[in-house]
Amino acid sequence: MVSIASVIQRALVQSAPLLFGSTGEILTEKSGHLNLGTAGTMYVGGICGVIGAFFYERSIPDGGTLNPFLAIIIPLICSIIGSLIMGLIYCFLTVTLRANQNVTGLALTTFGTGIGNFFGGSLVKLVDSDVASVNFSRTSELYRAYLPFADNLGWFGQIFLSHGFLFYLGIVLAIISTFVLNKTAKGLNLRAVGENPATADAAGIRVNLYKYVATCVGSIISGLGGLYYVMEIGNWSNDGFGDRGWLAIALVIFAVWKPNFAILGSILFGGLYIAHIFIPNISASVSELIKMLPYAVTIIVLIVTSLRRKRENQPPAHLGLSYFREER
Amino acid sequence: MQIKSSREPLFHLVKRDKIPWWKAWLIRIGAILLALVACAVISELITGVKPKDLFTTILHSWFGDADYREKFSIVQNRKFWILLQETAILLCVALAVTPAFKMRFWNIGAEGQVLMGCLASAGCMLLIGDSVSPSMLLVIMFIAAVVAGAIWAIIPAIFKAQWNTNETLFTLMLNYVAMQIVAYFCIEWAPSNGSNVVGVINRDLETADGGNYGWLPNIFEGFVKDVERPRMPEYAHIILIVLVLTALMFIYLRYSKQGYEISVVGESENTARYIGINVKKVILRTMLISGAICGIAGFLLVSGIEHTIAMDTVGGRGFTAIMVSWLAKFNPFVMIVTSFLFVIMDSGASKVATDLRVNESFSEVLTALIIFFIIGCEFFINYKIVFSRRNGKKLVSASNAVTSSDNDNSK
Repeated sequence: MVSIASVIQRALVQSAPLLFGSTGEILTEKSGHLNLGTAGTMYVGGICGVIGAFFYERSIPDGGTLNPFLAIIIPLICSIIGSLIMGLIYCFLTVTLRANQNVTGLALTTFGTGIGNFFGGSLVKLVDSDVASVNFSRTSELYRAYLPFADNLGWFGQIFLSHGFLFYLGIVLAIISTFVLNKTAKGLNLRAVGENPATADAAGIRVNLYKYVATCVGSIISGLGGLYYVMEIGNWSNDGFGDRGWLAIALVIFAVWKPNFAILGSILFGGLYIAHIFIPNISASVSELIKMLPYAVTIIVLIVTSLRRKRENQPPAHLGLSYFREER
Repeated sequence: MQIKSSREPLFHLVKRDKIPWWKAWLIRIGAILLALVACAVISELITGVKPKDLFTTILHSWFGDADYREKFSIVQNRKFWILLQETAILLCVALAVTPAFKMRFWNIGAEGQVLMGCLASAGCMLLIGDSVSPSMLLVIMFIAAVVAGAIWAIIPAIFKAQWNTNETLFTLMLNYVAMQIVAYFCIEWAPSNGSNVVGVINRDLETADGGNYGWLPNIFEGFVKDVERPRMPEYAHIILIVLVLTALMFIYLRYSKQGYEISVVGESENTARYIGINVKKVILRTMLISGAICGIAGFLLVSGIEHTIAMDTVGGRGFTAIMVSWLAKFNPFVMIVTSFLFVIMDSGASKVATDLRVNESFSEVLTALIIFFIIGCEFFINYKIVFSRRNGKKLVSASNAVTSSDNDNSK
């Protein structure tokens, strides 16, 4: 029998990538852009971190020790650059070239998963390395390092303190995003852009700039979710990231476009995602049905929010539509 | 707020009214050529594959290599016919999403709707089997698939029509619900050898005339007699069905009253309401049609091609179809071209991956790259970049430009 603390701890581990993904996606959607490329962006964020870690570990001679600071910062920067590029591609196509957002997002997801699986599968071959697979276990250990006394604190330590720094960064980013969106002038402007870009434009807000910044920052945050995932697992397996990117988009709806709600939502989703492991005595087929739960819950939330018509719980009014100033 | 600068921007954008079709296609072809150049450059840089190898491999993926082409004529060329059949299925899904998109109902749930169609026909095939006549079974499968696809499409449509629930997200989520339902039945129906794969259904259940129960018969068998091993009949019936569907959809959208209502609702819901169109009814009816055609696609996939069911039977076609339909500007006949384009791109890219021994995911990268270019080029079809005249002079003489813009500021 598994202890409740370990169930919660594993749910929390599952929740972090979703939280990163949905925080990023909320920022993007607040600017009026439905970025369906989040799944791809998270892949790219993950693989770029892997590439960074892989090359750094290779550059260390056998038996040498890693510089902890460099080992953390190199994959982090690689991941950020990778997902920033994804964000820029999306922005250039949808903001500057005003392409259809759904189509662009889907293409971006194809692109991102392709990049991830391609480099994940052939990185070793491309650099003619003698190792069998992409290995970055030492870096991933550093990413997973937690406070030394957490083990002594029983269930409390296991649930709250046994995570790497990225886990806490995710929660902090979600809280900061909530603050920026709700309490600052910049956040107000961003929400205005998402609700009605023409009015925002008339009020002197630089619509395209806000869209670019929100989408790119959102992509970077989403990409960190991919990085967290690969570092938690410690190796790359193709398609291992699965449909977490789509789940992150589902979480955005579940959290009714509020990053602080997404924190709780992500834990619930993380739990639902692995619920089939913990329910005793179920057949393989029923466990497939249980995997459906996060999506079913999202649909219910989507329906309930639209039924209640509470104005603060609606999607941004201009979500999914391009803005062209001369078209009124 | 203070105006910081009075300088005229270098250029501004103007929406084009209408561009001659040949010009639009010139731009698109240009974009594809540019995309191919980009693909060649990136392949060379990352994998070291030479551009010449890249393009000959892509060509071989369509028609086979020189030996193969010599051995088989076009009627016998299996690769070519598979390509066309693949196009037909993609086209069918694209046809399904088109009426909804024309109405600006962002149905990205085609994947799930087709999958439910697949599930329904596979279920009938498996559970009913030979307890009815073969043709009766096909009819039942067809109806079941259409109903399943339509149900999966009408659910989000009801909520959209009644409570304005966001349909993009709703249909997206339904895809995954459908996938898990299929995963459930796959395990339930799998023969009990622990593999959890359904396998070919009714392989041993042969009908009187040599076919299998629930498999779409090759109606063209015997038409091509004079060549040895003709491949065409195996694939032609599906292609023909989809072509008929294409023509019907074109007529429906262009010449029927309902098609007209769809475009009015798509242009402006308020206008539609004003001229007395029942918007809710149009949304429901259109999604019903959309889902039903998805069901047909599912039926064709299971009964005509795969003869089995798995979570990835649809294989992302539901998403690709969105791009196919959108690029064709929702014109069914143009969609023949765009779906063919996507299929040959995909087959070319995966052939490159296997033959040139790069990771197979490289095909996704190449395909997505080409899509980016095609998506991007639509901008130059819809908008015109107008350079300011004064700035035009600036290009001629930079020093003059500086003084003239200084003068502007001083005004």
